[in-house]
Amino acid sequence: MPVTSRLFLAAVLALSASACVTINIYFPAAAAEKAADRIIDEVWQLREGAVGAPASVPSQGETK
Amino acid sequence: MSLLSSIPRWLGGLVLGVVMAAAVQAQGNLEIDTPAIAALQQSMQKRHAQLEPLYAAGAVGLASDGTVALRDAASVPLAQRAQVTSAIAAENADRAALYREIARANSHPEWEGDVRRTFAQRWIDRAQPGWWVQQGGKWVKK
Repeated sequence: MPVTSRLFLAAVLALSASACVTINIYFPAAAAEKAADRIIDEVWQLREGAVGAPASVPSQGETK
Repeated sequence: MSLLSSIPRWLGGLVLGVVMAAAVQAQGNLEIDTPAIAALQQSMQKRHAQLEPLYAAGAVGLASDGTVALRDAASVPLAQRAQVTSAIAAENADRAALYREIARANSHPEWEGDVRRTFAQRWIDRAQPGWWVQQGGKWVKK
């Protein structure tokens, strides 16, 4: 019995160790998308205007 | 049965903790509040005033690799072409630095390519109607 439980313990430790490695390599796609949107809002100044609806009104600055 | 009961409780707790930590990290935010990223953001925001009419005119488009590109040089008056070219180059330099900085701010410089791909998709998805974006190697008007 002690042998099997020790084996089990080793398996669990190995599993959690490999889980840590996986976590570090994994690219958080959803979080990256959120971060990208936040930066795009800033750069394109989309926040003050309509948030949901992309204004169908053409930009008033038709300088020509 | 006797095997299961011989597993110490704390070990179960440890495993659970590792799993939960993974879940938290997966849902967490990327760090983007660094001085370097803020500076790039501001520089790009300022330049956007210059680039926006070029996007609208179709002269400049959003490329699929997360950069901007001169799509239709003919629509830019010759006198302004050098200015437009340098704005594009400056924008792309900022964008490259932005992708690199985000990866670095999150202690994973190797994520730079993933960050770039994510941004490329979001720039294109969120482009205004009438702007040109690159999809499958072709320029498409939104």
